[in-house]
Amino acid sequence: MRNLVTLILCFLPALSSAQDWEDRQFFGTTSPTQTLRVLSSTDTALFEPIIDHFLQSNRDIAVEYLVASTADIDAAFRATPERFDVVISSAMDLQFKLVNDGYAIEIEDLPAPDWAQWRQSLFAFTAEPAAIILNRNAFRGHPIPRTRQELIQAMRARPDIFENRLGTYDVRQSALGYLFATQDARASETYWRLMEVMGSLGLRLYCCSGDMIDDLTRGDLVVAYNVLGSYAAARTENANVLEIILPSEFPTTMMRTAFVAAQTDKPETAASFTRFLVEMQQANSDHASFPLPPLNPAENVDNQSTIALGPALMTYLDTLKKRTFLQEWENAVLQ
Amino acid sequence: MTSSAPADVQVRGALRNRLVISLVGGAAVLAILIFLVVRSYAAQIAQQGQDDVLGASVTSILDAAIIRNGVIQIDIPYASFSMLNTPSDDRVFYAVYQDGTPISGYADLPPPLDTNATKNDFRTVTYNGTPVRLATAARVLIGADVRTEVKVSVAQTRDALSGTLNRISRNVALFGAGFFLLATVLSFWATSTTISRLRRLTDSVTRRGPKDLSPVAKPVPVEMAPLVSSLNSLMSRLDQSLHRSEDFIAEAAHRVRTPLATVRSHAEATLHRVEREENRQALRAMMRAIDESSRAAGQLLDHAMITFRADHLELQNLDLVDLVQDLVTRLTPIADMKHIDLRLTGDTSVPVSGDPILLQNALRNLIDNALKYAPSETEISLNVTTASRPTVEIRDQGAGFPTANMADLVSRFSRGENASDTIGSGLGLTIAQDVAAAHGGALVLSNNPKGGACVTLSL
Ligand SMILES: Nc1ncnc2c1ncn2[C@@H]1O[C@H](COP(=O)(O)OP(=O)(O)O)[C@@H](O)[C@H]1O
Repeated sequence: MRNLVTLILCFLPALSSAQDWEDRQFFGTTSPTQTLRVLSSTDTALFEPIIDHFLQSNRDIAVEYLVASTADIDAAFRATPERFDVVISSAMDLQFKLVNDGYAIEIEDLPAPDWAQWRQSLFAFTAEPAAIILNRNAFRGHPIPRTRQELIQAMRARPDIFENRLGTYDVRQSALGYLFATQDARASETYWRLMEVMGSLGLRLYCCSGDMIDDLTRGDLVVAYNVLGSYAAARTENANVLEIILPSEFPTTMMRTAFVAAQTDKPETAASFTRFLVEMQQANSDHASFPLPPLNPAENVDNQSTIALGPALMTYLDTLKKRTFLQEWENAVLQ
Repeated sequence: MTSSAPADVQVRGALRNRLVISLVGGAAVLAILIFLVVRSYAAQIAQQGQDDVLGASVTSILDAAIIRNGVIQIDIPYASFSMLNTPSDDRVFYAVYQDGTPISGYADLPPPLDTNATKNDFRTVTYNGTPVRLATAARVLIGADVRTEVKVSVAQTRDALSGTLNRISRNVALFGAGFFLLATVLSFWATSTTISRLRRLTDSVTRRGPKDLSPVAKPVPVEMAPLVSSLNSLMSRLDQSLHRSEDFIAEAAHRVRTPLATVRSHAEATLHRVEREENRQALRAMMRAIDESSRAAGQLLDHAMITFRADHLELQNLDLVDLVQDLVTRLTPIADMKHIDLRLTGDTSVPVSGDPILLQNALRNLIDNALKYAPSETEISLNVTTASRPTVEIRDQGAGFPTANMADLVSRFSRGENASDTIGSGLGLTIAQDVAAAHGGALVLSNNPKGGACVTLSL
């Protein structure tokens, strides 16, 4: 098994160096004075209105928006840090480590609360809880589980319904999935029991939230664990079949973060883009122009469930620690 | 103080300046010392704080190390890094080494020193151009058939530390400046109070009358006691020698006068018996000399007495007119011998507070002078008034004071050029002047425009 992990880890840089972007879009004028290269893990659809807004007041600038998975972002950026101006990712730990390693510059005059910034370099601008998303059809006539414990009970009660129709992130591929998994494991033993139950029923592993939600909507999945609620919410409007549950015993909330690359050749523009992101979510913009859930100061001040920006984020990135965790995870999931 | 120092005293430097400079200088040195000591101490404590946390972090990672199937596993506790959270968001680096080879973390971190000490080792190193504090500790793991050494280094930037230090430095600097200011104000205050004791002593000595040689009685600080005691002893010696010399003069005058009187009476008796004119001439000259001597002795005696009494005036309420009248009555026989008329004019009563013996002495000397220096068949007028102050004015119709050196006539033993054939010792005006001064008054000599001397004694 370990060989497989090593294999994947070996392949990742190869993938990124081929610049196999999930999406690549240009916004703004065709004859720009500057082109801001934004490396992001957020789907273009969710970011488009934000970029449009930004370009309205910066008409001479164009934005090249590059989408990649969280792990690919880290690898691509470390490989060629001079090629990107702003890096946005939901993998807080990888983002933190990039800043800790000195890849970001400080933006002195960006007012952000202490818990939403680190070294005045890494800025959080969304708060997105990890959700359990259910296909309502599978629960017709049965109570909808509200906690992980209730989900375990529901799966044990009707294993045939759930057999091979459970999905979660492949934590070996998805950095966000790894972040959610490690934070869950840190918070409670329930995580491991849930993984064991799910593993025994046949767990399908995904790289990204989007694919999981597609399969859920189609009915190929009945439960997706640790999916970004924000992505599902974007779909619930057209698909009434999805039920988004924020597990009430210990929700895990991630903050999407952005930083300006240290080697950027247009620090002012990059900084003003980052400032725009932070100020826009502070301004309580309407959902259409800022489709991501903004930070909630009331919840975040000392909310244990929000992953804190701090050196502790590096713990699970440690090679030895990661090896141990993945081993445990594989033992639970791939039975 | 310096400016008021009398010209005949050699002045170099001022005690006040020296005191202030040494106190303020001391305070400045102390303030700087406080600043340096507190800051270095604070730096030590702050560094100690960071080292403690780094050490705890290293230990917690080391403690999590186990060897399983010959492979090292470290399940780094979440707290190992979360405890390194600082308000300044200090960056954190770490590395795990197995037998000197990095197996996890930042492989390019400055490698641990080659000591096999299990104790924490702290260093300040530069990593990626940033100064970091690096803590390292080692632990030996023993597996089934392997024995391996694990070393863990944890490093942290020093932003929070330098922030704390800057804050402390600023506060300590403020404190030092405040201390210095306060010390300066206090040293000025202390100096002026110290100096004021000296000044008070100076004032009390200066304010004394010219004859007051009593010891300083007011309490003085212990440091000034030697000065004051030597001053007191100097004054008492001076007082004693003054008294002794006056006593001596009085004694001498007394002892001279008595035998002189005896000699004079013998000479007078002999004069009646001698017939030859040349012998009588010689005897008269002899009597004149004796008179002169005894008069001088008398005046010396008076002068000594006055010098002594001036310090202890026996003030009485008396009428100056009565006093002068009394003198006129007593001196009229002598005046008659010279056919001189003594005329008393002025107010009917002039009450004064004075020493009657001294006043009598002074006025008698003045009237004597008038009788001596005025020719026969003239008139001496004594005018006693109390215009602004009680005044006795004595005018004669003689030749008046010699104008050459009128001011000098009042000094001791000084005689005018008109006095060469007149008996006198040069003490009469001195006595009158001393008495007037002892009463707070003055003696003024002048000449009448129409001729004749005019002496004014006012009290
Ligand atoms: N009434 C006076 N008329 C003129 N000269 C006087 C008169 N009184 C004093 N003097 C002058 O003042 C001098 C000093 O006087 P005084 O002190 O009484 O000494 P003395 O014993 O010589 O009179 C005298 O020598 C004399 O020259």
